Amino acid sequence: MSSTLNSPAERLRESFIELSARERARALLDAGTFRELLGPFDRIESPWLPLQGIVCQADDGVVIARGTIDGEPAVVAAIESAFQGGSIGEVSGSKIAAALELALRDCERGRIVRPVVLFETGGVRLQEANLGLAVISEIQAAIVALRRHVPVVGVIAGMVGCFGGMSLAAALCSYLVVTKPGRLGMNGPEVIEQEAGIDELDASDRRRIWQLIGGEQRAATGLADILTEDDSSGMREAVRQAFAQGMPQTHRSEQVDTYLARLAQVDPVTITPESMRIIFAGDARTSSKEQA
Amino acid sequence: MNDTALTRGARWFRALADTDAAQAIAPVWSTDAQLGDETARFIAVVPDPENRFPRATDNVVGLEQGWRLARAVREAVAVDAGTEHTGRRRPIIAIVDVKSQAYGYREEMLGIHLACAAAVDAYACARDAGHPVIALIVGPAMSGAFLAHGYQANRIVALDAPGTMVHAMGKEAAARVTRRTVEELDALGETIVPMSYSMASFAKLGLLDTLMEGIDADAPDTAQIERVRQVLIDAVRSAREGTRDLSHRLQSEAARKTRAASVEVRRRLAEQWDAV
Repeated sequence: MSSTLNSPAERLRESFIELSARERARALLDAGTFRELLGPFDRIESPWLPLQGIVCQADDGVVIARGTIDGEPAVVAAIESAFQGGSIGEVSGSKIAAALELALRDCERGRIVRPVVLFETGGVRLQEANLGLAVISEIQAAIVALRRHVPVVGVIAGMVGCFGGMSLAAALCSYLVVTKPGRLGMNGPEVIEQEAGIDELDASDRRRIWQLIGGEQRAATGLADILTEDDSSGMREAVRQAFAQGMPQTHRSEQVDTYLARLAQVDPVTITPESMRIIFAGDARTSSKEQA
Repeated sequence: MNDTALTRGARWFRALADTDAAQAIAPVWSTDAQLGDETARFIAVVPDPENRFPRATDNVVGLEQGWRLARAVREAVAVDAGTEHTGRRRPIIAIVDVKSQAYGYREEMLGIHLACAAAVDAYACARDAGHPVIALIVGPAMSGAFLAHGYQANRIVALDAPGTMVHAMGKEAAARVTRRTVEELDALGETIVPMSYSMASFAKLGLLDTLMEGIDADAPDTAQIERVRQVLIDAVRSAREGTRDLSHRLQSEAARKTRAASVEVRRRLAEQWDAV
């Protein structure tokens, strides 16, 4: 038997990215505690897709699971990118919003629930357009309210990444865990190329895209908090660590003066991902005493 | 900027806040002005031809717009922060005329998603702190730009006029992405309410509190401006009587019908929340 196969690291390593949303949620919760809510057997499907001749999925592409993280009550909302690109429709988005609202209710009653959102989405599901947008605003409202009680942890593992209105939801999280392939941006590269032309951005230039919005760059510029390998147990450890840090002093999205000052230092003509790292170096939260 | 060149957002800001635009600095105009018997903060995103980010010169929400919206809202919250037991918190009126978020590679690199989230955060915090937050839609309220400027409001009111709309994606782009023609998209909107681009259809989703007809969005007369002002005053009163969260959006008759699935998801998730 070869030594590689015997190495414990090799034996235990399991890709997180390759897992389905359900398996991801299970992987993040303490062993044996996974309990799915509104699962496929409940069959709450999109009321809008069949009207357009599109086949529904029984969970509408979002898995809600309760369990514990480090022994503490938790809820995980995991988006399944294999269904409609992880797009947010009325049902899938409402599942996330409702889970966060219930966690908030518990927190307000003194029962802390640790919330984790696994973002894997292009944003609004265009077949449900305005309702997708509306539920995203509800998810955002819930995150802002909830993170006064407990850190809200977001994960962007890839390969779809996190775009559209949901990128704002990710930015509202207390902590963001990313992998190198996990991309975070508001407008996908294809959208920018379409809206602004190929001179603005060539969506087929994958290396450039990753330099702009990839997980490594996001972590290096303080727009994400923890960069982790594509490894299931590593991901679980990163999420555990995020909660162990407790509440951040101020949330990233509250640091208006810090970020306006940073933008003022940027020369839009010459700025590059490399020079941005210097201006955005380090964690704004530890360098700033800004009041939220 | 001369008066005829004003965008709707700028025009309504001037009409309602009764202020010289010189007090407000593009791309985010913000000022305190009288609304009924109290002071309210009015905020609008306006074009900024000189903006140093070339993709953010129009009435769009880009990096500076997002962060400056957050600042304008947080200023109002800070001013009233000491009044918790003594007075009412001022209404915040988001005058919405935003074509889109800014599309550019610099925007993505420098975190436009965070800039827009900062605005979302500020509006949500203001609402949670007890400020009545009202969105007044006078033009397009598009996608991420509307999320950042207006969609966290306790109450949403709109003019039913050509050019006002709420949507997740511009019509041409949506047609491209969903591989349909613009005509097919319009036809689909007739039967599938959330896909429609009309304000009247948006009203059926239960997200809109008042839809005002018969108002000239581009050149309102004094009586029309007064009508809008009264609608804002009523919306502020209604917001104060309601809860601070967004649950109001699911309680109207329209919402119970069109958003039955949103209601059902919440009901059944609550049933299953605690293990039996």
